[in-house]
Amino acid sequence: MENGTPKLMKGNEALAESAIRAGMQAYFGYPITPQSEVIEYLTAEVPKRHGVVLQAESEVAAINMVFGAAGAGARVMTTSSSPGISLMQEGISYIAAAELPCLLVNVQRGGPGLGTIQPAQGDYFQAVKGGGHGDYHMIVLAPASVQEMSDFVFDGFKLAEQYRTPVMILTDGALGQMMEKVILKPEGSLPYPEKPWATTGKPKSRERNFITTLHMESESMEEVNNRLQEKYKEIQKEVRYQLIGDKDADVLLVAFGLTARICSKAAEMAREKGINAAVLRPITLYPYPYTAVAEHAKNAAGVLTVEMNAGQMVEDVRLAVNGATPVHFKGRTGGMIPSPEEILVEIEAIANHTIHA
Amino acid sequence: METRTINDIEMEVVYQKPETLTETQMHYCPGCGHGTIHKILMEVIDDMGIQDRTVGVAPVGCSVFAYNYMNIDMQEAAHGRAGAAATGVKRVLPDKYVFSYQGDGDLAAIGTGETIHTVNRGENILMLFINNAIYGMTGGQMAPTSILGQITSTTPFGRDAAAIGYPLKITELVAHLPGAYFVTRQSVHTAAAVRKLKKAIEMSFRYQDRKKGTCFIEIVSNCPSGWKMTPLQANEWLVKNMFPLYPIGDIKVPKEI
Repeated sequence: MENGTPKLMKGNEALAESAIRAGMQAYFGYPITPQSEVIEYLTAEVPKRHGVVLQAESEVAAINMVFGAAGAGARVMTTSSSPGISLMQEGISYIAAAELPCLLVNVQRGGPGLGTIQPAQGDYFQAVKGGGHGDYHMIVLAPASVQEMSDFVFDGFKLAEQYRTPVMILTDGALGQMMEKVILKPEGSLPYPEKPWATTGKPKSRERNFITTLHMESESMEEVNNRLQEKYKEIQKEVRYQLIGDKDADVLLVAFGLTARICSKAAEMAREKGINAAVLRPITLYPYPYTAVAEHAKNAAGVLTVEMNAGQMVEDVRLAVNGATPVHFKGRTGGMIPSPEEILVEIEAIANHTIHA
Repeated sequence: METRTINDIEMEVVYQKPETLTETQMHYCPGCGHGTIHKILMEVIDDMGIQDRTVGVAPVGCSVFAYNYMNIDMQEAAHGRAGAAATGVKRVLPDKYVFSYQGDGDLAAIGTGETIHTVNRGENILMLFINNAIYGMTGGQMAPTSILGQITSTTPFGRDAAAIGYPLKITELVAHLPGAYFVTRQSVHTAAAVRKLKKAIEMSFRYQDRKKGTCFIEIVSNCPSGWKMTPLQANEWLVKNMFPLYPIGDIKVPKEI
């Protein structure tokens, strides 16, 4: 595939191709709709190029293979969709505790339960608040285009290795399935860092490396927790967001991923009607852009959070706004995607002061 | 008068602990088989000179701290997932010697799926399965391999097949899989048994060079604390009660020599 020329690709395929280009050394996964194109693409391409690809017997096995390979120093990825990501939670907690770099991708579908194979954003809490046990976080990136499905693979591996932490790309079935123009980064653009902690076989010249998450003494377990929390503080500087529209808008929409794109169309329609609406799109869901949301919400008449769930990120928006501005919520669930028109109705209501938070 | 102490006498070293065992004092109960198995495993790594090419994966169970005693690179996997973690290690380091070290609860209950599929893929690793028919670490609950009638803290009236099913002979089960290359059942209750186990472990590491499939060694071991017996009684109980169900010997051996 030529470098630098735009291609028309499915989100899932762009992500898979980008993982190879980003120097991924191993992929372990299990088929689940709507992300099976990733493992299909990789099982066809990886043997022709470089690395390991393996279809595991379950998501539980896949995430623990990721643990083993990441611990052995490889650049590793797994992908799944909501129910499969639920199965991986124990492993993710272990990976975070063991401080192993890896890239996880959740191509979300509607839930709870087996749910639907249609797109949703119902796993926000699980991704950003720590879906597994214990006090841990992972960096969460939310792409809004096929281009970002590609770019964030490179960013994800880089951040994972820089901070020795799992990184999740939290996307959805629509972004995974839709085709868009994408320019892929060339292969070899992401260097491999040294991993002196990896279990690669102990030479005489160094002490043995062991990877464990067990700390029987409370003092040492607290030390591990303190170290993790220090790291999470450091990670706060990686906050990324995008403002689409005026920074002094009257109505501030806050939305991530696919919903942010729909909101920018709704904001555009609102502006045509004389309402100054803007969209703030958090790109990192962890760390969350609390300061930016507070700053841009301060002088607005109202904030509208739109999500494909029953109201999850809106809790972080309320934390950020801290009562300074009314915060409204519009959500669709179960695989339903909100239309720009129905969001426009909410924007108009806020602008005309006809609804109250 | 000249006094001589033991330090003044030049003595020939006839026995010493393997170099790849750390100085850390083991936490295992008196009479437990784990200490012996750890030592034998490290002796093989010493003898073969493969400390720098070996990666081990520890389980959750009594041997959860195996990495404290083995002076090699190791990972401590989630409960039951050592087979998957070892797969991850071996796939990215195909020329290293990789082993998992797991108990009966880890390998044959919560990790059954991982165990079957690791062997079925023929991962070129050694799976060491320590079967003492009980959950030692959590205080003596029923294991998948507990024998019928065995009293444990969760089968206080003895294991009843009608209520909780039969002992799982997972070693015979995996031996049927084409991915299994070498499957054997050994023990460490006598010096002769220890020597046989050592040979089996050594062969399993050598077989990894052939890249032909999984080596699987069950070690019928004891749990004096969990069984509430002296070490001697435990070894006698093991011979009398476990060997009839879990007979010692090779189950599947490579065809080529």
